Amino acid sequence: MKKIRLAAGLGFYGDNWEPIRAAIEFGEVNYVCSDHLAELTLAILRKDQARDAAAGFTRDLVPMLSALWPMAQQAGVKFVLNAGGLNPAGARDGLLAAFKAKGWTARIAVVTGDALLDRIDDLRAQGQALAHLDTAAPIDEVRERLVFANAYLGAAPIVEALARGADIVLTGRVADAALFLAPLIHEFGWSLQPSDAEGWNRLAQGLCVGHLLECSGQGAGGNFGSAGAWQKVPDLPHIGYPIAEVFENGSAVITKAPGTGGRINFHTVRQQLLYEVHNPARYLSPDVVLDMSTIQLDELGGNRVRLRGATGSAPPPTLKLVAGYENGWMGSAVLGFCWPDAMAKARAVVASIKTQMDEKRMRHEELHVEFLGHNSFLGPHADTSREAELNEVWLRMAVRAADKRVADAFPRLFPWMALSGPPFMGGFHGIQPASQLLGLWPSQVARELIEPLVKVELSEVQPS
Amino acid sequence: MKLRLAEMAHARSGDKADRADLGLFAWDAAGYAALARVITRERIATHFAHHLGSADPGRVDLYLLPNLLAIKLVLNGALNGGAALSLRSDNLGKALGAQLLRMEVELPTDEAAIVLAGVKLALENF
Repeated sequence: MKKIRLAAGLGFYGDNWEPIRAAIEFGEVNYVCSDHLAELTLAILRKDQARDAAAGFTRDLVPMLSALWPMAQQAGVKFVLNAGGLNPAGARDGLLAAFKAKGWTARIAVVTGDALLDRIDDLRAQGQALAHLDTAAPIDEVRERLVFANAYLGAAPIVEALARGADIVLTGRVADAALFLAPLIHEFGWSLQPSDAEGWNRLAQGLCVGHLLECSGQGAGGNFGSAGAWQKVPDLPHIGYPIAEVFENGSAVITKAPGTGGRINFHTVRQQLLYEVHNPARYLSPDVVLDMSTIQLDELGGNRVRLRGATGSAPPPTLKLVAGYENGWMGSAVLGFCWPDAMAKARAVVASIKTQMDEKRMRHEELHVEFLGHNSFLGPHADTSREAELNEVWLRMAVRAADKRVADAFPRLFPWMALSGPPFMGGFHGIQPASQLLGLWPSQVARELIEPLVKVELSEVQPS
Repeated sequence: MKLRLAEMAHARSGDKADRADLGLFAWDAAGYAALARVITRERIATHFAHHLGSADPGRVDLYLLPNLLAIKLVLNGALNGGAALSLRSDNLGKALGAQLLRMEVELPTDEAAIVLAGVKLALENF
């Protein structure tokens, strides 16, 4: 039976691409599928693009492919990446220029049509409420403050790009797992509108494979949330990102390249399987709805786990849309206190700051206080029994304000304490500028208004 | 006998907008049977009331996955507005899994011994 091996690429913008070398060199893979876009990455890219119209794609794309392409091309390995971000055409142009300068060849496709910020009014006029998925609030509430709005596209345009001969496919926002499902559909000729349950289950298996690989090392024992087990995951500095060996009938084995670190077993795979899925019986995607409650993971030994039994059903008539909107400012400061009375002094400073804020009438919506190294992660579940004798305490305070001036002024409340506050404190490393806070607006949009406008363009770079 | 969940389970947490999303995993079938009995929406809401703003179990979704010996928990509105709105250092809720593992549960002594023996074996074979 025909099989295809998919390699996990990056799991976020800024992730390490070195493990991908091992997958190409020793992992016998056919495709590398790389997820550069977390929910908020588009907000970062939007700021880049505001400064430079040619930016707006993830800047790791060009160095990553400059490092990997010769090896990949020689091995016949193709790439599918959502590194296009808000500017897939710009990503292509950047890559074309870099490849041309090196005299390399490649066929590069771009997928566009996910970016909807310029179409919001048009979509509203066509009857799309774009209401908040959880609160049902109308998008008009945040319309003037939107900074990006993108639909999650499915596998179809990537399949088209591969069918037209692309070696490298660059997309903007697509469902993360669709980056992986698409090459399977292309290679195996799976239908995206199957006529039977078997067909939906194949798509579900493919989507599930994508979900297991989309977070790079997290699918291979990285970030293994545990007490006493994480130490048993070997050689994390040389972790092998997960590789999926997928068969034409949809059955799959999760593994990694030989000689790499990390661990693929029942435990590490299921931690990733349930990561950020919400209702596991209804994991939505544009191509198939995946039910994980029927899945079986079989431990095969030797860093191999078989995935079987995923069940699928037809996707909804809508695509997920996530928009980001400006929503106030944060000002913050960090300051350290040494024994004796470290915690008592930190609390005294919190009281001083509150007094100053009242006296200066600094209007704010929320004031957050946490003690780094003591309770910032565990909150009320931190052990406070030795609080009076702590070696040191680091205070972090953060304020939320609608007015940027309040957020900017906040860290300026601190410096005087160096000479006029409690003793034995330090580590105040300057005034941090206010940072803009962004709200996310999850919504949905009718797919028939989006998908007909999705475009796939192919370019070829050849030595001049 | 009192056990911390850290002694009998593993966990990972993540985010989607203002929702924290946690997976809680038993090491074997006996551990799963115990977890599935003691972990309730009410307990979770109480444990995370400081993040949820109240101990209302209506804010918690709980899904049992016997096929994976796991429980999926979703805490709606637990991330201070969401990662890019949050004032917290842990704006993505990455440590909420650890907070969950801090929870103490009461198991009959016989059952606790079986569960702990299962954990020991699973860790040896990890």
